Amino acid sequence: MAEKAKDKTYRIHLMVCAGTGCVSNHSFEIKEALEKEVKKHGLEDEVLVVTTGCNGFCERGPLLVVQPGNIFYQQLTMKDVPHLVEEHFLKGRPVSRLMYTPPKEKKPVPVLSDIDFFKKQVLIALRNRGLIDPEKIEESIARDGYQAMAKALTEMTPAQIIKEVTLSGLRGRGGAGFPTGLKWDMVRGAQSANGGAKYIICNGDEGDPGAFMDRSILEADPHAVIEGMVIGAKAVGGTEGVLYVRNEYPLAVKRLQIALDQARRLGLLGENILGSGFSFDIKVHRGAGAFVCGEETALIASIEGRLGEPRPRPPYPAQSGLHGQPTLINNVETWANIPIIIARGAKWYSSIGTETSKGTKVFSVVGKINNTGLVEVPMGITLREIIYDIGGGIPGGKQFKAVQTGGPSGGCIPKDLIDLPIDYESLTKAGSMMGSGGMVIMDEDTCMVDLARYFLSFTQEESCGKCTPCREGTKVMLDILTRITEGRGTSQDLTLLEDMAKAVKDTALCGLGKTAPNPVLTTLRYFRDEYEAHIRDKKCPAHVCRQLNTYTVEARTCLEAGRGCDVCRRNCASEAIQGEKNTVHSIIQEKCIKCGVCYEVCQFHAVKVD
Amino acid sequence: MPKLTLEELAKIREQTRKTTMLREGGEYRAKVTVHMGTCGIAAGARGVMNALLEEIDKKEAQGVLVANSGCAGLCSREPMATVELTGQAPVKYVDLNPDKMRKIFEQHVLGGKIVQEYALGIGSEKTDFRKE
Repeated sequence: MAEKAKDKTYRIHLMVCAGTGCVSNHSFEIKEALEKEVKKHGLEDEVLVVTTGCNGFCERGPLLVVQPGNIFYQQLTMKDVPHLVEEHFLKGRPVSRLMYTPPKEKKPVPVLSDIDFFKKQVLIALRNRGLIDPEKIEESIARDGYQAMAKALTEMTPAQIIKEVTLSGLRGRGGAGFPTGLKWDMVRGAQSANGGAKYIICNGDEGDPGAFMDRSILEADPHAVIEGMVIGAKAVGGTEGVLYVRNEYPLAVKRLQIALDQARRLGLLGENILGSGFSFDIKVHRGAGAFVCGEETALIASIEGRLGEPRPRPPYPAQSGLHGQPTLINNVETWANIPIIIARGAKWYSSIGTETSKGTKVFSVVGKINNTGLVEVPMGITLREIIYDIGGGIPGGKQFKAVQTGGPSGGCIPKDLIDLPIDYESLTKAGSMMGSGGMVIMDEDTCMVDLARYFLSFTQEESCGKCTPCREGTKVMLDILTRITEGRGTSQDLTLLEDMAKAVKDTALCGLGKTAPNPVLTTLRYFRDEYEAHIRDKKCPAHVCRQLNTYTVEARTCLEAGRGCDVCRRNCASEAIQGEKNTVHSIIQEKCIKCGVCYEVCQFHAVKVD
Repeated sequence: MPKLTLEELAKIREQTRKTTMLREGGEYRAKVTVHMGTCGIAAGARGVMNALLEEIDKKEAQGVLVANSGCAGLCSREPMATVELTGQAPVKYVDLNPDKMRKIFEQHVLGGKIVQEYALGIGSEKTDFRKE
């Protein structure tokens, strides 16, 4: 197929999204069905079916983009395929039924670039998403893949490369935002012990709940990351590369291995690359599923085969990293930005973004939002633009309440700050952080105390236990939060919680512990009244903490609308509801275990919660 | 001796670019639409389409976009095709066969000269379904 694609001219390319989201919605089956139908109509020499990485609009998968024309088809099922092939690809009539219709509108939007979700995005790290088959290196090369590497290897000195990266203003996309050029300079200046190796590592141990930026980059364009790493190696004198990817990303691992094999086969990795005299190779190391291994020193320990635990810094990996040698470690998205900075120059790159944060950032937008998906936007864009223009707003006519940025290490940003321009500084100032780019949107039905409890239960579980503040501190905080959500909170709890959060933040050994209190601190800062309602009034304003709810039946609605339908009584596990068909029902509070089932099953909204 | 030279890398790029350019939109200089409604297909539009694709391949022509569309409304004169050079009015050709298509490709698409004898006329019918 690869050979054939090279030599033949196809009239239409069908770009089937094969990111993990669409794949779990059966996009591989749809691809096979498309090929079968295309063949059935004798169009196999005219229509090429291509599988691509994640398109980003995961909410609407499985997705198909038809080129030329950029026609966007969504939510395809196997049933749709025969009709689509016959109508559009045989007869030339695009099928509007399968196109995207924005919420609240009636007419579908046929062309991808006209859809709001895509309009405001600026693709740099994801420049090849949906345009290439990630398993064919030739297609990456056709889109200028490895051109920047060729330039760096044959025309630039290490100092020139580092200068370009420094001037670009690129900062680490893994979360902390350390200036990339500065880090490279440190590694370049470090001497390896006994004339040994210098290592280049790509950190692909993405673990935040709801975050899938790195996975999507690796799945859509593994070559961008490989190319970036070779450029970095040349700049700092790196001799060996390690790509650390978590094992829970099988598709990313597979595509990376294919990409590395193809690059090696062609001679883009290995000895004397492109005749430059520079040699470099990369191997894949699969992570074993510990969140803390995203922390660089824990990650390095894990590669060495030791327990994945962080150690105090300094020394930084730049001086003493993998096997005690100088090590350059950057995140997947950071690496993917490198080739384009070298190709187009620092000046171009730094023209995008804000004063302190240049370029773009990839975010995974999830939670209570219409358009769940993966977006790449220029730094400085506001939360409002992401949530309402790109994300399509909050479903079900609900009110936006807050957004958690930076995953469990980040913080909660309230509605009042919706016009905040996003960059490293503004998010930190708001008490949150850029993090790796997870963005969880919450609506009015979210309880902020429960949310803090959820994120803390995650970090508490993932705490490696090496340092006391994180091991014990997160446990104490989680106990307090659990107590509050169950109605057992006392007036001293908030002070204790706040003190503990600050202590853990100041004294924990690594980034995991230092940032774990962020969700607690930001919710205390912006939603203190909700904490107080839980403690003082024993009420959960969002009615999420069930132990604090009181369920009652509104007699009139029960009888008039529901005619005493009896559904609640039959579903009550604790036999706390009395009444019979055609009569008014009521709840015996002493027996009620507050499970909320009656509230959910009553079609007439006669069960009230307070 | 390196496994791959800069020249060879450039060659792979050019070779594959011919295929992938189609996905990127923009940058085409000519668009040929073969009308493939039921009537067009019955009258032999498939052969016309194949001839066109063969020619593009043979001449290694770049920047030619091939589209199909439904019936053009003039079923008795099928197979039909519309040639649109960027910045010029579209030209509709009628009663085509593979040989006529080859001649149109050579003279009009590549040479920029309208093949008067097969042309129905210069029309402004919209052939771009984006603007539907």
